Amino acid sequence: MIIETEGLFKMSARYTTTAIVLHWLMALLIVVVFPLGLYMHDLKLSPLKLQLYSYHKWIGITLLLLAVLRVLWRSTHTPPPLPVTMARWQKRAGSAVHLLLYVLLLLVPLSGWLMSSAKGVQTVWFGLLPLPDLVGRDKALGNLLGSVHESLNYLLLLLVLVHILAALKHRYVDRDEVMNCMLPGKSLKGNRS
Amino acid sequence: MTIIKKIILPALLLIASQAQAVEYNQVQTNQSALTFAYKQMGVAMDGKFNKFSAQISFDPARLANAQARIDVSLASIDTGSADADEEVAGKLWFNAKTYPLASFVSSGVKQLAGNRYQATGKLSIKGKTLDIVAPVTFQSDGLKGLFDGSFNIKRTAFGIGTGEWADLGTVADDIQIMFHLVVIASPASSSSTQPARKKP
Ligand code: HEM
Repeated sequence: MIIETEGLFKMSARYTTTAIVLHWLMALLIVVVFPLGLYMHDLKLSPLKLQLYSYHKWIGITLLLLAVLRVLWRSTHTPPPLPVTMARWQKRAGSAVHLLLYVLLLLVPLSGWLMSSAKGVQTVWFGLLPLPDLVGRDKALGNLLGSVHESLNYLLLLLVLVHILAALKHRYVDRDEVMNCMLPGKSLKGNRS
Repeated sequence: MTIIKKIILPALLLIASQAQAVEYNQVQTNQSALTFAYKQMGVAMDGKFNKFSAQISFDPARLANAQARIDVSLASIDTGSADADEEVAGKLWFNAKTYPLASFVSSGVKQLAGNRYQATGKLSIKGKTLDIVAPVTFQSDGLKGLFDGSFNIKRTAFGIGTGEWADLGTVADDIQIMFHLVVIASPASSSSTQPARKKP
């Protein structure tokens, strides 16, 4: 389904190249950083553990940066229209999940950053850029933010699973174009970067 | 009259000045602090020792007699993380079971300028003893004396952090030790020992 709409909204049948790159880059990094978080947490203290914590934080902050870029993109663009055949509740549910995903993609790394500050371990992005500690050292707050980071992560995992299942349903059950909108491929008419 | 002027008066003055010569020798461990700083994965980290005892006798007018001895309970380390405290007390780091104390014993103090001094001495950790030179500032507020200073050590020089921790890319070799000692003066010249107390 290809729809061209000129005028008020920037609309196209496929997400722009910028949006597609941001989406898949973030997906890739989350697939790395999430299991890394679980794995490193359970390691006994060792140089490897300290290294993995740093890598986790560097990738996590990269995701925060990408999330900010994505929210900026989204607030200046309108995503491709959904098929008219889609039920209203599905469209609403989709919007709600997307909104929550954006919120979590900001809050999960932000909670990680704050937790690190509270635990007294500053984040130095790729060992080069020291990020300010937004909260002071506070053990109780650090532990609380640790639980917040963990809980938000499980919520994120749940929503990502719903998101993936919904995309697959569009492709293999509804057989519509919704999933293709976010897939790289031959340039469709109306595709723009 | 001349006898009084020439002998007794100076003698009296001497006695008076001797009486005023105060010696700072009662270390207030609960107001003092022993902290350290280092880099871990390029990130500045710090911590402190909760238990140490110190004997100091310091009279600015008689530096040749100045003495300091500080004993640090290595198991009292506080890195901010219980896991790290336990690891650092272990065999690869301090091996605190076998070597419970780190000790500094001064060998001399000299004045650099004004209230700045330089203390030299021997630092023993984990069975190794090395010479240390530390700049110290001394400030007195009546009978209360404040000593502040710091010096750097290389942890590998003492065999602190061996095995998998020998990799200096994760925990750097340079460790900065900082001390802040509050020492009360008394006219008596006997040095006193304060039992170390855990801070609340
Ligand atoms: C989207 C980005 C991120 C994701 C998906 C993520 C995911 C996770 C997960 C799944 C865990 C394990 C949860 C647990 O068992 O406690 C974890 C732990 C952790 N994360 Fe993140 N994280 C992200 C960003 C960050 C950032 C930016 C930082 C810090 C700057 C950070 C710092 C930490 C720390 C320190 C832990 C370990 C907590 C502990 O051991 O108690 N994370 N993360």
